[in-house]
Amino acid sequence: MRPLLSVLVVEPSTIVIEGLKVLLDEAGGFNMLAPLHDATILTERLHSQKPDLLIINPALLAQPVATHINAIARQMPNMPIVALVYQYFSPQILQSFSALLDICENRAHVASLLGDCCNRKTDEVETENYELTEREVDVLVLLAQGFSSKEIADQLNISIHTVNTHRKNITHKTGIKSVAGLAVYATLHNFSN
Amino acid sequence: MSRWFVPKMKMSDILLANSNILLLLPRLGIKLGFGDRSVIEVCQQNQVSPLFVIMVCNCYTFDDYEPDVSTFSNDDLRSLVPYLVASHNYYVNERLPHIERHLNHVAAQAGMRYAESLHKFFLDYRDEVVFHFAYEEANVFPNIEKCLSNQPMSKTSTGFMSKSHDAIVDKLSDLTQIIFKYVPINGLDEELNELVFAILQLSFDLEKHAMIEDKIVLPLLARQEAGRK
Repeated sequence: MRPLLSVLVVEPSTIVIEGLKVLLDEAGGFNMLAPLHDATILTERLHSQKPDLLIINPALLAQPVATHINAIARQMPNMPIVALVYQYFSPQILQSFSALLDICENRAHVASLLGDCCNRKTDEVETENYELTEREVDVLVLLAQGFSSKEIADQLNISIHTVNTHRKNITHKTGIKSVAGLAVYATLHNFSN
Repeated sequence: MSRWFVPKMKMSDILLANSNILLLLPRLGIKLGFGDRSVIEVCQQNQVSPLFVIMVCNCYTFDDYEPDVSTFSNDDLRSLVPYLVASHNYYVNERLPHIERHLNHVAAQAGMRYAESLHKFFLDYRDEVVFHFAYEEANVFPNIEKCLSNQPMSKTSTGFMSKSHDAIVDKLSDLTQIIFKYVPINGLDEELNELVFAILQLSFDLEKHAMIEDKIVLPLLARQEAGRK
C-alpha cells in the first residue's frame, strides 16, 4: 500500500479547512497535518514536518507572491505547492504553483487532483532514460514480427513475466501501445532485421 | 446554476462557448440558421430530442461530464442510433480519407521504407475501425432499436465493443506519437501540423464517441437484458 501523503494546509478560513479535511478523509490516502491560519511560521513548520504536499491560499503570502513560492520550492524541491483559490489572482502569481485547487472544484476531483500533482513531482525529479536496452530491442523485434509474449519468452529463455515487464518498459519509453505501432517504430529505427 | 449546458439555453450561446460543436450539428440532424432560438426550439424544429443533443454537447465540451442513461426516456434515445450511424459515416467517409491523403504525402517525403510501413499501419487501422463500426451497426444498433420499442433483443456480445474502443483510441494515439517523435521530415511543417491536428481531433472525437457508447448503449442493453432474466 502507498504511504499516506502528509498535507499541510495554510488557509485563514476554518470552514474551508474543515471542508477540505472531510474530502481528503473521504478519499483516503492523505494525512492532514495541523493546519496554519497564516504564513508567519510556515518556514519553521515546513522544516520540522517536511510535508509531502503544501496547499496554500496565495492571499496569505506577502507580495511578490511568486518570489515567496519560488523560495519555498527551492527549499523543498520535492514538495508540490498547490494554490487554494477562491478569488482572482494574476496568471503571473498562479503559474509559480504546481497546481490550482479551485474552491468550486468538483467533489470527486479534489483528491485525484492532489494525488496527481504528487505523482508528477516524483516523475520530474527522477531523470528518466528513454533509450531502449539491448534486451528491450530483442523483445521489440520479436513483437514486431508478430510473436506472442509466451513465444518470445521461449525464444529468449526468459520468463513470461520478464517479457511483460520489458513490454511495459518499451511502451513507457516510446509512448506506443499497440503491436502494430511498435512494428512501425522498429522499422523506423532499423531494428527489424 | 448548472455547470453544464441545459436545453433552455440559446443554441447560439452553446456554439459560442464551444465552436467545435459546429462539427456535431450535421450528425445530430440540426441545420444552421437557428437565430436566437433555444436548444429546445431548435430540436423540436429538427425532430431530435433536446436532452439527447444537450448530452452530446456536454460530452464534447466538459472533460468531467459523464452521461447517465437513467436520465433519458425511450423517446429521447430514439435520436441515439441515427446519431451514432451519422458519426460512423463522418469518420469513415470524411475524416479517415482526409488523414490518409495527408499521411501519404508526408510519408512519401519521408522515404520509401517509412512510407510503406506508415501506410500499412494506417490501412490496417482503417480496416479495424471499419470492421468495428460494421459490427456495431449489424449487431448492436438493431438491438438498441428493439430495446427502445420493447421488442425482444437478439443475443449479442457487447464485450467486444468496449474492448475494441480502447484499441481504436490507442492506435490513433500511437500514430500521433510515431509522427511527432520518430518520423524525420524536413520542410513539410504546415502539412505535418495539419496531419497531426487532424489525428488529434479525430482521437478526441472517437474518445467522446466511445464514451457515449460505453455510458449509454452498454447500460441500456444491460438493463434490458437484466429485465428479461
